[in-house]
Amino acid sequence: ILSYPRHPVLKKRDDFEDVLEERRRSSDLRYALRCYTPTLYKGLVPCKVSMLKSIVLQSDHLQCVIKQVSSESGDSTECVAEEASLILDEMAHRMQLSTVRFFVFTLSKAFKRLFRSVCVNEEGIQRLQQAVQEHPVVLLPSHRSYMDFLMMSYLLYMFDLPLPVIAAGMDFMSMKFIGEMLRMSGAFFIRRSFGGDKLYWAVFSEYVKTMLRKGYAPIEFFLEGTRSRTCKSLTPKTGLLNIVMEPFFKGELFDVSLVPVSISYERVLEESLYARELLGVPKPKESTSGLLKARRVLSEDYGSMHVYFGHPVSVRSLAEGKIKRSQYNLLPRYIPQKPSVDTHEFLNDAAFRLVRIQEENMVLKPWVLIATLLLQNPDGMDLSSLTEQTDWLRHLALAFGAFLDWPDHEACSEVISCSLALHRRLLSVSAGHVQLSVTDAPQVETTPEEAVFQRAVVVLSCASYRNQILHVFLRPALLAVAMQSANSSRKDDIYNCFNFLRNMFSNEFILCPGDSVQDFEEACYLLMKRGVLQVLEHEIVMSASGQSTLAFLCSVLEPFLQGYQVVCRYLCEETNENLTEKEFIPAVRSFCFVSLSSDLQKNALAALLRLKAVRKVKV
Amino acid sequence: VFLCRPLSMASRWSLSLYLVSKCLQEIMKWNGWGYSDSRFLFNKKGQAEFTGKRYRLSGLILPSLKDWFEGTFGANLQHRSPATPSLNLSAVAPPHLNQPFVEDLKAAGLSVSHDPEDRVFRAHGHCLHEVFALREGRIGRVPDVVVWPSCHNDVEKIVELACKHNVCLIPYGGGTSVSSALECPREETRSIVSLDTSQMNRILWIDEKNLTAHVEAGIIGQDLERQLNERGYCTGHEPDSMEFSSLGGWVATRASGMKKNIYGNIEDLVVHIKMVTPRGVIEKSCLGPRMSTGPDIHHFILGSEGTLGVVTEVTLKIRPIPEYQKYGSVVFPNFQQGVACLREVARQRCAPASIRLMDNEQFQFGHALKPQVSSIFTSFLDGLKKFYITKFKGFDPHHLCVATLLFEGDRGKVLQHEKQVYDIAAKFGGLAAGEDNGQRGYMLTFVIAYLRDLGMDYYVIGESFETSVPWDRVLDLCRNVKERIVRECKERGVQFPPLSTCRVTQTYDAGACVYFYFAFNYRGLSDPVHIYEQVEHAAREEILANGGSLSHHHGVGKLRKEWMKESVSGVGLGMLKSVKEYVDPQNIFGNGNLL
Repeated sequence: ILSYPRHPVLKKRDDFEDVLEERRRSSDLRYALRCYTPTLYKGLVPCKVSMLKSIVLQSDHLQCVIKQVSSESGDSTECVAEEASLILDEMAHRMQLSTVRFFVFTLSKAFKRLFRSVCVNEEGIQRLQQAVQEHPVVLLPSHRSYMDFLMMSYLLYMFDLPLPVIAAGMDFMSMKFIGEMLRMSGAFFIRRSFGGDKLYWAVFSEYVKTMLRKGYAPIEFFLEGTRSRTCKSLTPKTGLLNIVMEPFFKGELFDVSLVPVSISYERVLEESLYARELLGVPKPKESTSGLLKARRVLSEDYGSMHVYFGHPVSVRSLAEGKIKRSQYNLLPRYIPQKPSVDTHEFLNDAAFRLVRIQEENMVLKPWVLIATLLLQNPDGMDLSSLTEQTDWLRHLALAFGAFLDWPDHEACSEVISCSLALHRRLLSVSAGHVQLSVTDAPQVETTPEEAVFQRAVVVLSCASYRNQILHVFLRPALLAVAMQSANSSRKDDIYNCFNFLRNMFSNEFILCPGDSVQDFEEACYLLMKRGVLQVLEHEIVMSASGQSTLAFLCSVLEPFLQGYQVVCRYLCEETNENLTEKEFIPAVRSFCFVSLSSDLQKNALAALLRLKAVRKVKV
Repeated sequence: VFLCRPLSMASRWSLSLYLVSKCLQEIMKWNGWGYSDSRFLFNKKGQAEFTGKRYRLSGLILPSLKDWFEGTFGANLQHRSPATPSLNLSAVAPPHLNQPFVEDLKAAGLSVSHDPEDRVFRAHGHCLHEVFALREGRIGRVPDVVVWPSCHNDVEKIVELACKHNVCLIPYGGGTSVSSALECPREETRSIVSLDTSQMNRILWIDEKNLTAHVEAGIIGQDLERQLNERGYCTGHEPDSMEFSSLGGWVATRASGMKKNIYGNIEDLVVHIKMVTPRGVIEKSCLGPRMSTGPDIHHFILGSEGTLGVVTEVTLKIRPIPEYQKYGSVVFPNFQQGVACLREVARQRCAPASIRLMDNEQFQFGHALKPQVSSIFTSFLDGLKKFYITKFKGFDPHHLCVATLLFEGDRGKVLQHEKQVYDIAAKFGGLAAGEDNGQRGYMLTFVIAYLRDLGMDYYVIGESFETSVPWDRVLDLCRNVKERIVRECKERGVQFPPLSTCRVTQTYDAGACVYFYFAFNYRGLSDPVHIYEQVEHAAREEILANGGSLSHHHGVGKLRKEWMKESVSGVGLGMLKSVKEYVDPQNIFGNGNLL
């Protein structure tokens, strides 16, 4: 079910419908107050929020951990139980329909101002309606913006689906009032890190599992763990995935449905914020006053938004033949067990595949193509050649299976000028020449550093759009670079090179571990079909007409290769012996101020650590 | 109320003849369950009835069975799938005789036959695929010879000759196996001899001081019980198959009886076993009630499934017939509550002789077997009961489930015990639902096999299987296995949702025995038996994945062999294999079960 088709081009996707259309025609208030009768899970055990807490606190699992912790720490069990209860109070949601209705009302207003349209695949909604009745459901949206989970709940309300409970970072809780509002609309809050805290983990996992077992509500969380500042999918985390799968592994549930949801924005609300963050400006703390200040975002046009509900993935079929459930037979099920090596591998693999599904169902707007080209031409392009090349790129992307939302009956130049208009903050257009630039820089005197910083913000903002399409070009691009650097046309040599690059970039991009051969074959297939390559038994040969495509693909990866080179050079040349991780990023940044985002620097370091080129010494 | 009166347990099992005839096929069906004269059918009015005179149900009309049958399976009385009326003798391959062996047998004065009917009758148990093939007139490999020893010494002689002439022996007791244990292995090239123990059916002695009886292993359950009853005793061992299954078979499969809470399972009942193996006779030297003499050699014999030798004589514990017996039943609002109650009963160790919990589907099934009520008053009363439970007490008729109970002992204690159990039940929302419902519940278990034959007349096939599981996993296992069955059927193109139901049939300190019924309408399927087997296979996988055992009492046979290693570990299997190698190096007992 999860093995995406070998030939991604043939993929069939659902049509979209704009859900705001109806909102623009009728009263939001009446809509917010309408009768809400969600489809329910057939095995639902009705249960109040307060009951939920006592079930969790009384559970054998939590009681067992409380005793363990108490005997390890020497505190009385009552004391530890009290602590557990406090953790749960801090964590738990208090979903209330009235709060949800309030949100529905305000969000209707906000969405209509922000977006031209919010498009949803209704077939996906119908599938979800089916899935929700059959088995407990876990919603796995991509995470690019704060808007994501608001939008999810909003849509589920709209389609009479059960409202999800959402795992949210603790940061939100610090927003007085708003934090509580979110809590009352179904968010529950987890600490960002609680690695060694057994009790915390037990409360948290039991809380989520209880809701799942009772069919209380769909559980929603972000596989990527946090918002991606780069619009590239992040390497997924497996902790929560393990928690929601365990009830199936242990036989407590017949099955669990995982529903990947891809949310894409034509213009991301946090666009320039992210770029600044990547350049080292600290993320503004989530606060209510900050939110109020951010009101100005409401006055801008963010184009359209797409939400694609993917096919539900059954945990049972995923685990078929991979997880031996009888491994849980010999230990009482309430005793927590670390996932076995096999289980861990399975979780990791499943997480990667789910993120791949998210990527593939992410809608790409024409601007993404334009941004890609503009980044490759730092001196700008003539409108005519931009138009021509965008059209070329469009066909290449489509051939590689991109989910491109290109207006049907409009001239290419028309489409491009629309896109340029929407993203005018990142560009300057003069005399038919388009160039990335800082348009809102009225400062009279800018130091050279500030100018570079401003330019970097624009480049990184723009890169975040290019990044959205990377997953489409990634595999062929790796092949293109491999061919260039292998200096040989032997298939083996090229594959080795491909494999090396793939390995090096596996912190940077979503590359399913163990899929190396498959990825290589996919890349060969796509380029062969495009007439770029001829793949013979032992050799790969470039066709005469393939030059431009290969060159394009190489330059897609160019910034990443350069970035990694910079990091390596820095480590070779400059390093003093005791470089701490904290100092690393500012140090690399000052070493070379090309548009290096901290994201790339971190990934590069992680890759070098993984490849054992760099060693971490604990101090 | 067609079962016995509480006191006389003997009559629980009908008015049968003693099954001592060598020509079992004269009174038993050759291609279905039980006595030839007893079967369910839909009469011309479309009403179900049970023929014959042997059972209390015999001759009665079951008015609601048709609606239940059609509603549950989407079956139609117009669509019949009748069986081949009689055995086509030409379909039976001629016997592959080992002449010197047969001559030696005859010389030793043993009764021998290679009549095709005798051979076919002993070539199968009662697995679905076996009965289905017979109904279609398909006959596979059958034993080449049947031999009837009449005592222990005869068996010794036969085994000795079998070793001498290298033939394959397959012991045959009551023929009620549901694990493909009686199937002749396809790869067997030697002459196959069915060793039918039915003539070794005497109670050799009864020791009233020690309350033991020494019995030949070929005796059939109901005969053993009847004869002991005549002397004022019983064994109390009542597996659902006890009308037809034999003492030796119980030992060879580790059988379990419905009243094990009082009397124990077969391993608790035996004091001494004598078995003839190719190496000689294995037995203990005394009748001591327990010994510490290394691993108990009985446990090599119990569950050996005919792979090591023939059990010839068994010394069993016996008990005086209890003074009083009373059925009972409790209705629970749902299965979860019912299981919680059974768990509590087990925790307090106050389980009655038998306590079983049927799920909702099985409760409805049981209801469909209610005979026609004779008076308006009774039907009025039934209506009232139903009203009380569903409307007044608010039980959802699609969720409620029933526990059936059987108490045994002296009257005072039974009544006291009954109160204790009903009090526990009340804590779990259980309502006492009368003796009738209890009795009907137990009836279901022994007519089910007859009912399967009825289903097979109308494109419905089914089977039961069982497992044992720790208490905390009972609910999860039941739900998951039932759902797996439904899902597998759907995926394999079964048109109508199957009947997928279970009951908890035994309680133990640390867990329970769970029994599943599974049946479906196979119209439109080209190879229904294959689909059936795939679904059962998947269901067993699901059981094992949910912490259930490979079998509680049906045994492994050839049907479940593939999971043996996983179940007992490689070393465990190796141990059993080395015993087999020592005891039977020539593989004389070559039925291929278990290992």
